[in-house]
Amino acid sequence: MEKKNIYSDEKLLKKLLEDKDITIEDALENEMVINMGPQHPATHGVLRLVLRLDGETVLGVIPELGYLHRGYEKMAEEMTYIEYIPHTDRLDYTATMCNNVAYVLAVEKLLGIEAPKRAQYIRMMVAELSRIAAHMVAIGTYAMDVGAVTMVMWTFREREKIQNIFDRLAGARFTTSYTRIGGVANDADDVTLKMVRDFLDQHHSALDEMDKLLLKNKIFINRLEGVGILPKDEAISLGVTGPNLRASGVEYDVRRAKPYLFYNEIDFDIPTQTEGDCLARYYQRGEEVRESVKILYQILDKMPQGEVLANVPKHVLPHKTEIYTKMEELIHDFMLINYGINPPVGDVFFSAENPKGELGFYIVSNGTGHPWKLKIRSPSFCNLQALPVVCKGAMISDVIAIIGSLDPVMGEADK
Amino acid sequence: MGFKELIIQKVKEQFDNSIEEIKEFRGDLSITIKKEKIVELAKLLKEDNDLHFETCIDVTAIDWATRKNRFTVVYHVYSYKNNFTLRIKANIDDNPPQIESVTSVWKSANWYERETYDMYGIIFINHPDLRRIYMPEGFEYHPLRKDFPVLGIPGSLPLPDKID
Repeated sequence: MEKKNIYSDEKLLKKLLEDKDITIEDALENEMVINMGPQHPATHGVLRLVLRLDGETVLGVIPELGYLHRGYEKMAEEMTYIEYIPHTDRLDYTATMCNNVAYVLAVEKLLGIEAPKRAQYIRMMVAELSRIAAHMVAIGTYAMDVGAVTMVMWTFREREKIQNIFDRLAGARFTTSYTRIGGVANDADDVTLKMVRDFLDQHHSALDEMDKLLLKNKIFINRLEGVGILPKDEAISLGVTGPNLRASGVEYDVRRAKPYLFYNEIDFDIPTQTEGDCLARYYQRGEEVRESVKILYQILDKMPQGEVLANVPKHVLPHKTEIYTKMEELIHDFMLINYGINPPVGDVFFSAENPKGELGFYIVSNGTGHPWKLKIRSPSFCNLQALPVVCKGAMISDVIAIIGSLDPVMGEADK
Repeated sequence: MGFKELIIQKVKEQFDNSIEEIKEFRGDLSITIKKEKIVELAKLLKEDNDLHFETCIDVTAIDWATRKNRFTVVYHVYSYKNNFTLRIKANIDDNPPQIESVTSVWKSANWYERETYDMYGIIFINHPDLRRIYMPEGFEYHPLRKDFPVLGIPGSLPLPDKID
């Protein structure tokens, strides 16, 4: 096979090799194009940025995505709806439970079924716990990116406790795959609920400690204040969602705008900021964690008793214990696993509020066991679109802070 | 009159002959329109004082493989003012598939249309920056088309040479 040159323009390559007049001063006098990532610790994965600089000022940014593209939308077309649940873990891997919940809710909307009330409350509980865990990672790594390295230890300690709860609930700490179509995999027993309550009781003081650590830190504040401002109208027109949108002053939360699960029974506020800069986005996540704690207390108080799987044998997998003892359940299990849940012909779009923003699933069904098409509207991807706008005119060291404040997860952005 | 009826009435007023289908399934309203009218419809939805669909939250396509109109481009737009998500569809029958870009109306459609171009090969006319977004430059196929195998096509991605 003929060897291909990595430079497509051979004339340019020749010119570059022959030019002996390029000096260090040239770079200082003229605009400079530099490459950042994909292997850069501050890009939260494998984001690559091509920056055009004048001195230290950023003139323009082009984000390059796709280094973690695994083709999850293609794979979805080849597997049944049930098989796809574990793959949703790998989207936003800091908030696996939120993805699980959003996906099964989309499929349930397509099927037209509803999970029992207890299952929905458990889903709400794990989604909020997952939101806290994701915001802990976001805050910790963000602070680390801008130089406050201690913070990440404190936040990961809190996340560790949440993962212990998930371990007991789902049997896995990280890739949970906890929800099922029509319910959840295991019921939350009293010990688990006690663990959640214990976690919440000590979490408030932990949050206050974290705030003390950072918000009295002049270096941290000066580094972020007024940096990377995303104006309100710009945020709306660029399709930014989640904490980044609310930090710019738009009071939009899917949990409030289109209540799913039982969020309409819960009393909570939607915190917003007005500045839209990097510091506002930090405050926003902290306040959202506090709201999640408030929501979780209410969930624990209101947690109803009852079943955790819907009684819809044609669409919902039976309990594992019943499969081995009852004929009907065995037949249904066999049919559901081998032929799928066969939803009606049609298409639905469902979106849920994830820690990163609005996660949407658009599913097109042709009546068979596989989705004909499954599109993931991933919030990180959409939020990254704002990066060139926010970075324009910033200093090169601020780019790190801006990426950290927008908090993309590349597993989700690249799908 | 509910908001859904208002949308249908306003759209019907202006695009009576171009509407192919108005359908509601599980509470999602979707309007199918002739592809020539997509930008005009987008302008109406965004600029009308009652409708106010400020943001496009998703663009994708469906490959029907065997139908005469092989591709359908699907847009989801959201109105903050009215708290409503609307789905717009446009069927494409020509080869290579192409449709007018809506980036002039909704800025956020920029990357979503690039993604759709990358995955389905649908050419968005007047798009400011129509490049692939996930697959490498120079990749010849469009992976989400139904004729692209799940395991990929051997040799389609350049690999480093073997060391002898």
